[in-house]
Amino acid sequence: MSNKLEVRQLNAWFGTTQALHDISLTIPDGAVTAIIGPSGCGKSTFIRCLNRMHEVVPGTRATGEVLLDGNNIYGSGVDPVQIRGKVGMVFQKPNPFPTMSISDNVTAGLRLNGERRTRGELATIVERSLRQAALWEEVKNNLNASGISLSGGQQQRLCIARALAVEPEVLLMDEPCSALDPIATTKIEALIHELKQEYTILIVTHSMQQAARVSDYTAFMYLGRLVEFGPTNKIFTTPENKETEDYITGRFG
Amino acid sequence: MNYRRRKLINAVALAGAVACTLCVLLPLVLIFSNLILKGITSVNLAFFTNLPKPVGETGGGMANAIVGTLTLIGLASAVGLPIGVLAGVYLSEYGHGRLGYSVRFSADVLNGVPSIVIGIFAYTLVVLPMKSFSAYAGGFALGVIMIPIVARTTEEMVRLVPSSLREASLALGVPSWRTTVLIVLRTARGGIITGIMLATARIAGETAPLLFTAFGNQFWHSTLGGPIASLPVQIYTYAISPFDDWHRQAWAGALVLLALILVTSLSVRLLTRGRFHSAL
Repeated sequence: MSNKLEVRQLNAWFGTTQALHDISLTIPDGAVTAIIGPSGCGKSTFIRCLNRMHEVVPGTRATGEVLLDGNNIYGSGVDPVQIRGKVGMVFQKPNPFPTMSISDNVTAGLRLNGERRTRGELATIVERSLRQAALWEEVKNNLNASGISLSGGQQQRLCIARALAVEPEVLLMDEPCSALDPIATTKIEALIHELKQEYTILIVTHSMQQAARVSDYTAFMYLGRLVEFGPTNKIFTTPENKETEDYITGRFG
Repeated sequence: MNYRRRKLINAVALAGAVACTLCVLLPLVLIFSNLILKGITSVNLAFFTNLPKPVGETGGGMANAIVGTLTLIGLASAVGLPIGVLAGVYLSEYGHGRLGYSVRFSADVLNGVPSIVIGIFAYTLVVLPMKSFSAYAGGFALGVIMIPIVARTTEEMVRLVPSSLREASLALGVPSWRTTVLIVLRTARGGIITGIMLATARIAGETAPLLFTAFGNQFWHSTLGGPIASLPVQIYTYAISPFDDWHRQAWAGALVLLALILVTSLSVRLLTRGRFHSAL
């Protein structure tokens, strides 16, 4: 299995506080990688570095290399806007655009970038993306309703559809289920299973059960460092590191 | 005992709040009813279509002043809206440093400058070089008054847009200027328009800065480079005159000015309404 992303010596700061220390790992293509670890260990910061969203917050910076298909996204002359088109993101709290309808939310990434598409092409993209996000059947008769009229779980799937519509290669999910009820969580997890056929997925989660259910590989982070990375069943059954074992068995975190 | 005391305190506080609400509403109701009582009899078709008549002749209207006021609002908006809105966006999105601080401070000071001083400013800057009172000078003075109001309300409204929406847009690979224009401004639209309407209402009633910029005109203005009539100045002139007929006209003018502001606010709101309730 080839490597989609290769992270080398990644460090990240908020002002003078260092949030990530020398993270190096390779993320395999077409698989789900879960990032686990206690609150504040840098999980979110880490995945935000992978599509250069970390630097959006004033006063932040990052050093090191992140290779996407062999090309360093932190290289000089690389436009972060281009990277974000290839590496999509779903946030912790569903954040559909309140001024847009459901279908406009899905095509937002295309329309806001001024891409010219015919009405028919847009309709095709809306249906395809909503089907991929397992939301189509619930909203197909209501595509002109406001994006925020949906329930929380539906809103999150709408956000996934919105991220998929720009056809990224990698999908980053920052605790996508933490604001959702168990039924909506089950739907999103099933969806992740479907999506890994076509996308490389990284998911940050606080739930170790979720990491075990959805992921092929797991990275355990603690205090801004990568402690252990490997196939999920190995991490959960025979972790090499004492800290990993303590965390997984619920002794801290 | 305790419960009864709590109920009593609640009743007293509620009564106080209601009394204060009435105190706020009362002046508004009084102004409205007084204007309608004194003004409505002189508002007729001629008032909207005719020019003012010379002293001694009854009748006539304020058609030139109504058009003049609308023209001045238009000119002022051309100056004040783009500068105000863009400055407000700058303040909220990028104005964290020293420049932002000084812009914000200047806007607040400018907001507190008496409007007649802004009139003098426009007089020296526009009227003197042009060697003529003009609609341009009046529009410029009113536009300067608009800038800080629009800038500060825009800033507040843009600041209310949740950063999660900006991030959602950026994460889709949308450049930040497009995010600002298409997501942030669109989400804050309702609030920004409220600010614009407040500023418009404020300048529509300004008299002092127009006295020596737009000056006033008893006839139709021939060019925007010359003196132009406006409702507030016309009302002022008529109200301090010794003629009963002019007094009646002044009341009518005041009523029409108020109605004009109301109608503009409402129609702008209706015309700019989004498909969904604005988030702010």
